[in-house]
Amino acid sequence: MPENRYDKAPRPGQGHYVAAPEDVTVGVVDAVVTDEAPSSMWRDAWRDMSHRPLFWISAAMILVVVVISIAPGLFTDQLPRSGCVLADSLLPPSREHIFGTDKIGCDIYARTLYGAKASVTVGLLTTVFVVVLGTVVGAIAGYYGGWTDTILSRITDIFFAVPFVLAAIVILSIVPSRSALAVALVLASFGWTTIARITRGAVLSVKNNEFVTAAKALGMSRGAILWRHVLPNSSAPIIVYSTVALGTFIVAEATLTFLGIGLDPSTVSWGGDLSNGRASIRTNPEIMFYPAAALAFTVLGFIMLGDVVRDALDPKARKR
Amino acid sequence: MTTTITLTDGTTEDAPVPAEKPDDSTPLLEIKDLQISFTTATGTVDAVRGVDLTVYPGQSVAIVGESGSGKSTTAHAIIDLLPGTGKVTGGSISFGGRELVGLKRKQVEDLRGREIGLVPQDPMSNLNPVWRIGAQIDEALVANGFPGSRAERSARVAELLGEAGLPDAARRARQFPHEFSGGMRQRALIAIGLASRPKLLIADEPTSALDVTVQKTILDHLEGLTAELGTAVLFITHDLGLAAERAEHLVVMYKGKVVESGPAAQILKDPQHEYTKRLVASAPSLASRRIQSAHERGTEAEDLLAEHADEVEAAAPDVVVAKDLTKVFHIRGSRPGAHTDFTAVDSIDFVLPKGHTLALVGESGSGKSTAANMVLGLLEPTSGTVMFDGNDVATMSPKEQFALRRRVQPVFQNPYGSLDPTYSIFRSIEEPLVLHRVGDRKAREARVRELLDMVSLPQATMRRFPNELSGGQRQRIAIARALALKPEVLVLDEAVSALDVLVQAQILTLLNDLQAELGLSFLFITHDLAVVRQIADLVAVMKDGSIVEHATTDEVFDNPQQEYTRDLLAAIPGASLEIGG
Amino acid sequence: MLWYLGRRLLQVIPVFIGATLLLYALVFLRPGDPVAGLGGERGLPEAVQQQIRAQFHLDQPFIVQYLYYLRGIFTFDLGDTFTGRPVAEVVAEALPITFQLAIMALVIETVFGIGFGLFAGIRKGKLFDSSVLVLSLLLIALPTFVTGLVLQIVVGVNLDWLPVTAGRDPDFYSLLMPAIVLATTSFAQILRLTRTSVIENVTADFVRTASAKGLPRDKVVSRHVLRNSLIPVVTFIGVDLGNLMTGSIVTEGIFNINGVGGTLFEAIQRGESVTIVTMSTVIVLVYIVANLLVDLLYAVLDPRIRYA
Repeated sequence: MPENRYDKAPRPGQGHYVAAPEDVTVGVVDAVVTDEAPSSMWRDAWRDMSHRPLFWISAAMILVVVVISIAPGLFTDQLPRSGCVLADSLLPPSREHIFGTDKIGCDIYARTLYGAKASVTVGLLTTVFVVVLGTVVGAIAGYYGGWTDTILSRITDIFFAVPFVLAAIVILSIVPSRSALAVALVLASFGWTTIARITRGAVLSVKNNEFVTAAKALGMSRGAILWRHVLPNSSAPIIVYSTVALGTFIVAEATLTFLGIGLDPSTVSWGGDLSNGRASIRTNPEIMFYPAAALAFTVLGFIMLGDVVRDALDPKARKR
Repeated sequence: MTTTITLTDGTTEDAPVPAEKPDDSTPLLEIKDLQISFTTATGTVDAVRGVDLTVYPGQSVAIVGESGSGKSTTAHAIIDLLPGTGKVTGGSISFGGRELVGLKRKQVEDLRGREIGLVPQDPMSNLNPVWRIGAQIDEALVANGFPGSRAERSARVAELLGEAGLPDAARRARQFPHEFSGGMRQRALIAIGLASRPKLLIADEPTSALDVTVQKTILDHLEGLTAELGTAVLFITHDLGLAAERAEHLVVMYKGKVVESGPAAQILKDPQHEYTKRLVASAPSLASRRIQSAHERGTEAEDLLAEHADEVEAAAPDVVVAKDLTKVFHIRGSRPGAHTDFTAVDSIDFVLPKGHTLALVGESGSGKSTAANMVLGLLEPTSGTVMFDGNDVATMSPKEQFALRRRVQPVFQNPYGSLDPTYSIFRSIEEPLVLHRVGDRKAREARVRELLDMVSLPQATMRRFPNELSGGQRQRIAIARALALKPEVLVLDEAVSALDVLVQAQILTLLNDLQAELGLSFLFITHDLAVVRQIADLVAVMKDGSIVEHATTDEVFDNPQQEYTRDLLAAIPGASLEIGG
Repeated sequence: MLWYLGRRLLQVIPVFIGATLLLYALVFLRPGDPVAGLGGERGLPEAVQQQIRAQFHLDQPFIVQYLYYLRGIFTFDLGDTFTGRPVAEVVAEALPITFQLAIMALVIETVFGIGFGLFAGIRKGKLFDSSVLVLSLLLIALPTFVTGLVLQIVVGVNLDWLPVTAGRDPDFYSLLMPAIVLATTSFAQILRLTRTSVIENVTADFVRTASAKGLPRDKVVSRHVLRNSLIPVVTFIGVDLGNLMTGSIVTEGIFNINGVGGTLFEAIQRGESVTIVTMSTVIVLVYIVANLLVDLLYAVLDPRIRYA
């Protein structure tokens, strides 16, 4: 019974103990830290990433590929197409051709360097298209809800039901011109669904936050709330996904070009070189090795970066 | 203390109750100089620094502390369930004379459940959503060597659930956790914790996620059950009132250390350490108890924040009047066409006099937040009116409604969700000024500085971001933002519920000062009657969408008219304690 | 459960109509004469063009054409390929092979992906975890056709462990290497997903409660960690079936398998639009049905869905 419980004498080890005041100093309740530099969520993420070696490795890999794709001429005097001499077919590596030459006498090193541009361009363009389209559809569906959501989500389902590489095969098999822009548009036309779903989910979870309700109570319009509060707070998963997606789009382009329905054969690209090298894979595997290695290197860079960015932005991994 | 083990339904025989009667004179659990560290990226953090603790067989002991005090860490160390990188780096934990630190995994597994049970904190996340309730109890029986066939076990599961206070237990055992309410889940977790008749039950904030009335019922039940079984209970709680009511020995922890320990009554009546004193002064359950006893003696307690409420009638004009306010939600069912109408708020009337505080009190699902959102203009009433200064909000033009936003502002519960993490504090507080085109950039900055002063935060805070601030500080920012447009009414939706005791007391004082200074009127939404006693002039008690009682705070506390109000009052932890003024 | 099933079936109908309409429109609603554009630069003989126009009812309004096409799908009257074989016959021959290949790949990727992912997740940060992570990154970065060609040369030609190509009527043994190749990327993704999900669940409250009950560690892992980690993995498998289908185009092409993908591969090389569209529709159909099945499996695994 509670009443008489208090009257009992304490047992051994349970006497009244008080810590010495100097032993535990009780500070001011809830003091603000003012001596450290302010840090936003993004600055926190940046600080987190800058401590990870994997971030610097992947960033360096991507930087190398981007520089090569912008100015391949800085790294070689050989030209990928006009420099080909049929008489120099299948030369072993030498001072002049450090990776050797391919069947029609093109310098493999030069072709590998010049091939970067096609992959990077298609990857970047596709990602930009996909992010714009997917974010718009997903954000509107998630934020406005109701019938808007139902219709947009069903449309997303329909596009999602057609695997995007398959859709690209169907479209590209009938498209006459296949420039980098055309391939990117085709890939993006069915590749936006995942990002739309991700955005919708993120928007749904952000829009019920109390800071959104507070903005409503201030009389802010729905569009302004979406733009100023909801989208910035939904951006983390979009950024993570698009970094990884960039890698997969590069793989998709290479696959399509390898199949012969990607970029025009006249464009120097890794997919095209892999396709050309396939015939002589048993006798001269190095023709395929270099473009394949370059491709894997590039994609690996983006996937690793996506991993690091996710770890840095993941709210569960952060303290609060 | 001698307790005979007799179960009401006579199931003692087949229960795996430890045969020997607990020896009262030797400690069951003895923790000496316990040290626990966590390894983080920036080094080691000492979470627990030299904790001593003794629990005797059949006894109830409580560890009291705020978040980050190391109370849960200490408890989890006993059964070797420290999260992440946590490690016991020193000291000893002895259980029934056996050292637990450094036991092998297999030995700890034998100990868990059989000797020491755990009732965890959050009933929503502690049951696995994919298994039936019965299966989750059954596996505990199997793991702890319950002898018997499958049928015998399932009979035992039903028995345990019934014992934990779940009616219709056999049917309930076949359900999944998502079909259970929070209180029912907590009962299932109690059944799991006691399934193998442990000698010690660790109850880690077992009811803090539940409604107050449910909380009381479950704690009463747990107390009766453990007394019957002779189980010792180690409570982990942040609520000093609850601890003092449920345990005979208290251990107060702060920043990983024990600051004070001793008999519950003694600590409550005569706290010695600076921190314990603060805690005793701040705990709402104790404060409301003090105010009430002071009031009964005809004096005024000093921690009564609201001015005495008798002068409400002194003709303060009503700033907000709700009349016949009703909100019906259409809920779409999983089947086509099967939607139901749910009346969240059912024709309620209330008035908020200018410069006063009206508390809208109710448990989850009572409709109090829905009512608040209608006052804020975030939800449109299905019927009825909200009058603001005598004008019906519904008939206002959009422009007038936009202007009205300046006069009614909210502060919400969740300090981590109420500020946009991508906005600096300056931008967060400035936003209302920009939106309503108040002043130029310079004037706005001056106003932000002024507001930070008002909520007692250094002006330098404005360059910071929400993730750098504590819960209490964020709540101050939220208040500053709400005050930016000089509103007349603040709607405080559980604005202090998520805060630690001391911080909560600070924020309540701040709100009270602001009210006196600026003549603000508060609509205070809360589930916690203890807080109401401290701050409100008027109380409206809500249940199932209706207001069941609406009167001054004194009237409600002195002379509750409704059974439900009496239940709520009785559920304030510490109601049975005798606290002098 | 029945309501869930019914609702899910109802949702499939607009998706099916939408997807087929989309595919159909893509090919046959282009500006200009679609038939004249067939057959590459050489163009087709006028007689063949006429035949194709009649076959696809190109003189009718678009929606009628589409309905004919739909009817064709349901009556298995899918027209003829360039070589004059009925497409339905080609599909009937190709589908079982692709099914066998896809199921083998599915088994390989789920068994190994979940297994490796589980062990990596439980031993987070240890050597096994790190090496498995690096391996998975490499497998994702390498396009399927590169992995396929490399394995073909190394395992098939140099080591001579497995047959290099499958050919007509392939048996289990000759499909093993293509199945492994087809499974690689998805294996890596399932591994990573399982790992993440396991890491998340290991710290879940209900897992701690399970330990506190006194459950032995292996029981905690199997009944609580693994069981709950399977839910997102199953969702992924639904999405992944699309990858398997498109992956089969490359894989079957490389290993010379006469499945759906292989037929499509050849049709692409030859520029046969008719076959491309029909085969793509078959793939989309299989994909939609498989996704429906996966959703039901999802409901079996997660009672919150089942009883919603």
